[in-house]
Amino acid sequence: MIIINCPFCGPRDHSEFGYGGDASIDYPALDAPMDEWHDAIFLRENICGMQAETWHHVNGCRMWLIVERDTMTHEIKSVRPAHGGNAAVLENVAEGGES
Amino acid sequence: MNRYSAWAVFKNGLSGHRGWTRQWRDPEPKKAYDIVIVGAGLHGLATAYYLAKNHGLRNIAVLEKGWLGGGNAGRNTTIVRSNYMMPGNREFYEHSLKLWENLSHDLNYNVMFSQRYHVTLLHSPAARDAAARRYNTMRLTGSDGELWDLATLKAEIPHLNYNNARFPITGAAVQKRAGNARHDAIAWGYARAADSLGVDIIQNCEVTGVTRNGGEVSALETSRGTIAAKKVGFAVAGNSSRLWQMAGLGRLPIESHKLQAFVSEPLKPLLDHVVVFGVGGAHFYISQSDKGGMVFGGDLDWYKSYAQRGNLPMVQDVAECATSIMPCLGRVRLLRHWAGVMDMSMDGSPFICKTSLKNLYLNAGWNYGGFKASPASGWYFADLIANDRPDPVIENHDLERFRRGVNIDERGAGPDPKLHG
Repeated sequence: MIIINCPFCGPRDHSEFGYGGDASIDYPALDAPMDEWHDAIFLRENICGMQAETWHHVNGCRMWLIVERDTMTHEIKSVRPAHGGNAAVLENVAEGGES
Repeated sequence: MNRYSAWAVFKNGLSGHRGWTRQWRDPEPKKAYDIVIVGAGLHGLATAYYLAKNHGLRNIAVLEKGWLGGGNAGRNTTIVRSNYMMPGNREFYEHSLKLWENLSHDLNYNVMFSQRYHVTLLHSPAARDAAARRYNTMRLTGSDGELWDLATLKAEIPHLNYNNARFPITGAAVQKRAGNARHDAIAWGYARAADSLGVDIIQNCEVTGVTRNGGEVSALETSRGTIAAKKVGFAVAGNSSRLWQMAGLGRLPIESHKLQAFVSEPLKPLLDHVVVFGVGGAHFYISQSDKGGMVFGGDLDWYKSYAQRGNLPMVQDVAECATSIMPCLGRVRLLRHWAGVMDMSMDGSPFICKTSLKNLYLNAGWNYGGFKASPASGWYFADLIANDRPDPVIENHDLERFRRGVNIDERGAGPDPKLHG
């Protein structure tokens, strides 16, 4: 079992999460040329080693996370919320402010 | 090479079976070859064999970083079938099944191909309609397929869960020419046959770099020295992206995922067929090996990985599938389980194609389906390399198909590699 330290819920088994995919992909603008969309949708680095990827805590807080994980050893380096707004809320909580 | 036959067994018996020779040589790599195939798995070995046999080419090497057939050739559930429907796949897998039917004779090696029926369980009228469409397409294109009602299925396989299943079994879609084979025998049979036609199979020879001369590959750097090549074929599914990047070619429409398979302790004969179960999120396939072990598998582990080891949630998931359709397996113990690394492609279909480098050819993206495909994969890849143009059957098996709006997506799952199980 891989243990993912969810910033909202604490350490949880990976079976609580849904796997998203490569977090390094930025989707182009809606009116971007077809080739840019092709590359974003269909092509992957497919890194063997540390990669940033998205996980969805679907059976927990339902938040999307960005996890840095080694695709060979499965070691996790970092976990953070995928959306900046959530990160700000967490920081606020850590500082003892209103959540 | 000794030719195998009943007469050879008899003759060698007279001399205490000391007359058998090794099945293939273990040559030192030469400095240069006309054609180098990277990867001595089923696809690489089959490619080398058909290059020599169908196209009369010699001076071919197959490089293997580990031992022959030690990757996914030894990490599968050995199912052979051709129940594919999409144009491209339909002809391709049918051709593969036809090659399987004569493979033992062709290779002079018993690959233990057993046409024991591939039985897909159906659980709803909608599933039956979808199966009818698929199996009718198969029948209209020179294959076999039939639908069984519940009474027929019960007579053939009486010990499935017909009583209190969450998703009651209502019938089955059956391909009778499908079945399974002995995985090691395919690797050994192709290796022996290719070797006898002069192919050098070089084991423990890892490719560590790809030397380019502009728009061509000029040589491969390996753990056993530099090997020059006029033409190079990559057949390293699971690690295609890594080799691709060694050649400086960037990204592929592939993610590497791991898939587990399982074998139980040996049992007396219990299951004559290959049985497949897939409904309500479940995905499960099972057959019984000649040694008696129940061989089965299910879904991917769902997260990207290059590790050849599986994780426990999927063990539980597969065990639940097993006991839900065959409750009689409830007390059977698991003997072994293992994981292989799959090239999962963006539409669930493979690539056998030319590349942006003039003398480099790619064979990749086999998803779950590489085992059954290996004879046709070798056949068409050899044809591509020899003639430098794709056969019409594989004209859409190229890397540019998505750009043209072509998806060969049997499941209709969309561009998410992990969903193409």
